[in-house]
Amino acid sequence: MALSGMRGLSVFISDVRNCQNKELERARVDKELANIRTKFKNDKGLTPYEKKKYVWKMLYIFMLGYDVDFGHMEAVSLISAPKYAEKQVGYIVTSSLLNENHDFLRLVINTVRNDIIGRNETFQCLALTMVGNIGGKEFSESLAPDVQKLLISNSCRPLVRKKAALCLLRLYRKNPDVVSVDGWADRMSQLLDEREIGVLTAVMSLLVALVANNPDAYWNCVSKCVRVLERLTRSQDIPQEYTYYGIPSPWLQVKTMRVLQYFPAIDDPNIRRSLFEVLQRVLMGTDAVKNINKNNATHAVLFEALALVMHLDAEKDMMAQCVGLLGKFIAVREPNIRYLGLENMTRMLMVSDVQESIKRHQVQIITSLRDPDISIRRRSLDLLYGMCDVTNAKDIVEELLQYLTTADFAIREELALKAAILAEKFAPDLSWYVDVILQLIEKAGDFVSDDIWYRVVQFVTNNDDLQPYAAAKARDFLDKPAVHETMVKVAGYLLGEYSHLLSRRPGCSPKEVFSIIHDKFATVSTPTKAILLSAYIKILLHSQTVDPELQNHVLAVFRKNETYLDAEVQQRASEYYALSRKGPSMVDVMAEMPKFPERQSALLKKAEDTEVDVADTSATKLRLMQLTSTAVVVADQKPANGVHPALTRVPSGQRNIEAPTVPVANGGQSPAPVDFLAIEAAPTHSAPESSPLVGPGDSLALALMDNQASTVQIGLKAEWRGNQGRIVLFLGNKHTAPLLSVKAVILPPRHMQLLTSNVPDTIPPRAQVQCPVEVTNLSPSREIPVLDFCYNNSSAMVSFKLRLPVIMSKFLQGATLAPADYIARWKALMGPPNKLLQEVVRGVKPLPLQEMSDLLGSLHVAIAPGYDPNVNNIVGAATYFSENPTLCLVRIETDPADRTQIRLTVGTPDTSVALELKEYIKERLVDIPSGAAPTSLPGMPSPADDLVGPAASLAGLI
Amino acid sequence: MIRFVLLISRQGKVRLTKWYSPYTQKERLKAIRELSALILPRGPKLCNFVEWKGLKVVYKRYASLYFCICVDSEDNELDGLEVIHHYVQVLDRYFGNVCELDLIFNFHKAYFILDEILIAGELQESSKKSVSRVISAQDTLVENAKEQASSLSNMIAQATK
Repeated sequence: MALSGMRGLSVFISDVRNCQNKELERARVDKELANIRTKFKNDKGLTPYEKKKYVWKMLYIFMLGYDVDFGHMEAVSLISAPKYAEKQVGYIVTSSLLNENHDFLRLVINTVRNDIIGRNETFQCLALTMVGNIGGKEFSESLAPDVQKLLISNSCRPLVRKKAALCLLRLYRKNPDVVSVDGWADRMSQLLDEREIGVLTAVMSLLVALVANNPDAYWNCVSKCVRVLERLTRSQDIPQEYTYYGIPSPWLQVKTMRVLQYFPAIDDPNIRRSLFEVLQRVLMGTDAVKNINKNNATHAVLFEALALVMHLDAEKDMMAQCVGLLGKFIAVREPNIRYLGLENMTRMLMVSDVQESIKRHQVQIITSLRDPDISIRRRSLDLLYGMCDVTNAKDIVEELLQYLTTADFAIREELALKAAILAEKFAPDLSWYVDVILQLIEKAGDFVSDDIWYRVVQFVTNNDDLQPYAAAKARDFLDKPAVHETMVKVAGYLLGEYSHLLSRRPGCSPKEVFSIIHDKFATVSTPTKAILLSAYIKILLHSQTVDPELQNHVLAVFRKNETYLDAEVQQRASEYYALSRKGPSMVDVMAEMPKFPERQSALLKKAEDTEVDVADTSATKLRLMQLTSTAVVVADQKPANGVHPALTRVPSGQRNIEAPTVPVANGGQSPAPVDFLAIEAAPTHSAPESSPLVGPGDSLALALMDNQASTVQIGLKAEWRGNQGRIVLFLGNKHTAPLLSVKAVILPPRHMQLLTSNVPDTIPPRAQVQCPVEVTNLSPSREIPVLDFCYNNSSAMVSFKLRLPVIMSKFLQGATLAPADYIARWKALMGPPNKLLQEVVRGVKPLPLQEMSDLLGSLHVAIAPGYDPNVNNIVGAATYFSENPTLCLVRIETDPADRTQIRLTVGTPDTSVALELKEYIKERLVDIPSGAAPTSLPGMPSPADDLVGPAASLAGLI
Repeated sequence: MIRFVLLISRQGKVRLTKWYSPYTQKERLKAIRELSALILPRGPKLCNFVEWKGLKVVYKRYASLYFCICVDSEDNELDGLEVIHHYVQVLDRYFGNVCELDLIFNFHKAYFILDEILIAGELQESSKKSVSRVISAQDTLVENAKEQASSLSNMIAQATK
């Protein structure tokens, strides 16, 4: 225990370890954090030892997952300490505590640079390590030349040079411009002559990244790499310490082979020959051994060699040898090798001509589908999916279906999707395809997304021969006990369309079909009910002879649902009721659905997405995406900025005509992803008023429908930096006629300068024009620019005004200050002349403290928790950008006894900023925007209108 | 490249983390939670790889401790697996028959050693001897500084007697 050398740290760690549960642990950690905070506050008295001890504790707490939002300065400041022991701690804690873009890192760039170019080798190492681990763009710009110098220096020891190589790699990843292409190719080539394996390994890592981005520039490295490989595989001149279980640095071998895979082809016959000799030696000479680590290491090299052989498109013999090896691997007991065998076989499918030889291993691969290890099952599924073609589709799909019933949930959705795609792609006949999908729904209904059954409907609709078969099958499946809802949907749809083709079969009379479907009606969800209602009327009207009993039954169902809660069901019920009373003359209205236009399978596209991230395209998420009953405005969420997502709910009083509540009418396609999610609402509900929380770089779209139901859609995208902003207005005409005499004028408030580009006079039908606007904020004001938009829609002139979300918080940026600094500034503002504006605000909407501080945060004020000793107070700081940036300090004092009143204090060197900001914050606190509240027609707001009390008199003064 | 290194105990307690890509604290916690749930229940006879969010996690259990590294999906898995073993060997050499307690109370040492093995998520040094040399040189530097400090304070103490 004493090993740590710091008693306090050891005691703390063992305290945390002894905590019985999470709550106790948190309490202990909070206590420690409070302790550290007080120690840091009066930091005059801290010895270097204590400082070190506390930052270690901070790091430990942070590592456990707790937020540590102070003391970063203390950690960073240790970097500048003269002594190694402190510097070392400073560097290592900083590199673990801060992310690459942290502001504090900027403060130490100079110190770091001095350490790098200085003469002290140990300092160089520390600095290079930290920059290599967390260096960001700024480090990249200011340090890259120095790091390069170290890497190629003759006087530096290997220890420094290998760190320099990897540090440069990090900087290159952050900013590829740091390595100039022409000069570096030669340098890299020289570096490959390095004898020291440690340096060579680091250089090789760097080379992988360089070559991956730009293989053409590094051709001269190919022969050197092959030579390195020769040296390694022949164990020439490899010091003992660089062999790993007797193997000459397997890592360097792997990396070197990786580099070679980035060159498109290797044409030089001599180089190619030497390389193949090496590869052959690896392929032939690798045997399974008992020692597991040795085995892993040799196989790491072997698999990399296999990848390289595949890449080089070697001769047939060698390829066959590779497939043979992989075939052996997928049958061994060692799970890692089995996994990698399957994985590499899948990769090999990309290479031509091996498909047939891989097929020979199909049985073995299918066995792996039942492996106890899900990682292996995944690989096997992928491989089966990749190797499937017309010849083996039936076998493979049937295997997948069988496996589906026992597969674990984590893999079922992927499995169902893959089976559906294969069945579609390689179906020997379409009835088999229908069978597969229906079985799929039966076995794993929860995991069958709507896309899958839409696709079946498309196929059946487009193939007349298939229709009776599909309808009969659907009927059979409905007979089974416990039918999945998706099955009810697809069966309902198919029977509605095609059950009349079966009417002569036993058990398939319209009445029987109706009653078997209607059995399910009571238990299904609303969208399914809507589908079933359509099926009923179709069954009724398609039957050749009118069966009065059936008619009465169906009419009764419609009647009953005319008052159903859901608008869609209700509408269908009443419309169908009216239609069916008109009798068979209405048969045309309910004719069979027309054929679908040929389209690319939505499933294939989805499979591609799924491959990127299986976990995130879960069934629930997809289902959520399809729930569009309530329109939502969503701004691009940028959690990194701490901006709160602006969600504005608009009551869907108007029926959203585009919501795909009728998926079938939608042609079996899931709703196309749109760039913006649009809200549809009457102009009186226009959104700008309710969107003050939208963050920077946001986009939002508003759609307006005028009385003629022709639609104009106005979208907005914005980026903000300092006191500048760039807005792009998207003016869309959704109508089929052009919009004439279009005018979009923005009336700038006096504090802003707006540069608007010209809007074309006419917007063609179904077209969208973009209108960029440059905004410059000149002086503080809460006024909002208003867009005056008018057009002629061939019958009348329409005009309306929209307030644009160019609000004060767009020009605010959170500012983080150290506690001491914060207090000093506060005091400076207090001292004469008093620059603090203070007001007691009553009638505040009562909010929990956290929400209030979140609200402040959403206005881009950086909250500084803990700076104010009173826990009921919130303090924060922000920079306001107008012509000159101004630092603003904000404090809200809340009264725990009366949450409806607060004291708000805003201090800035510029009183006009303070006044506007105070009023702005006040408005947010008093009237928290609840999007649902309809707002009055947007007009020009006058900033002083709604001011009362002292604020009004102050406003009068300005 | 290695995106991060994670040491978790069998009970899911975090013993060491090192992140080579920028992750927020929230993302870190989420990753640790998800990976614990994914890895800890896995039996001993399964392979050492799990797929996670389009990346791959290579892990190995040593006694009560799981060493995990998260790599890109096209990276060489066995290569990563032996990086873990290499790190463990160096730890073993340094602590002499290393156990979980050593790493708990000397997590800072584990950091120092890791920094000599990996930089920027890439292997820096594959020679155990070389790493051990550097670490002991560091220790000597720190020790010397301590001695100097204490001898200085001794001198002051004597002088002011």
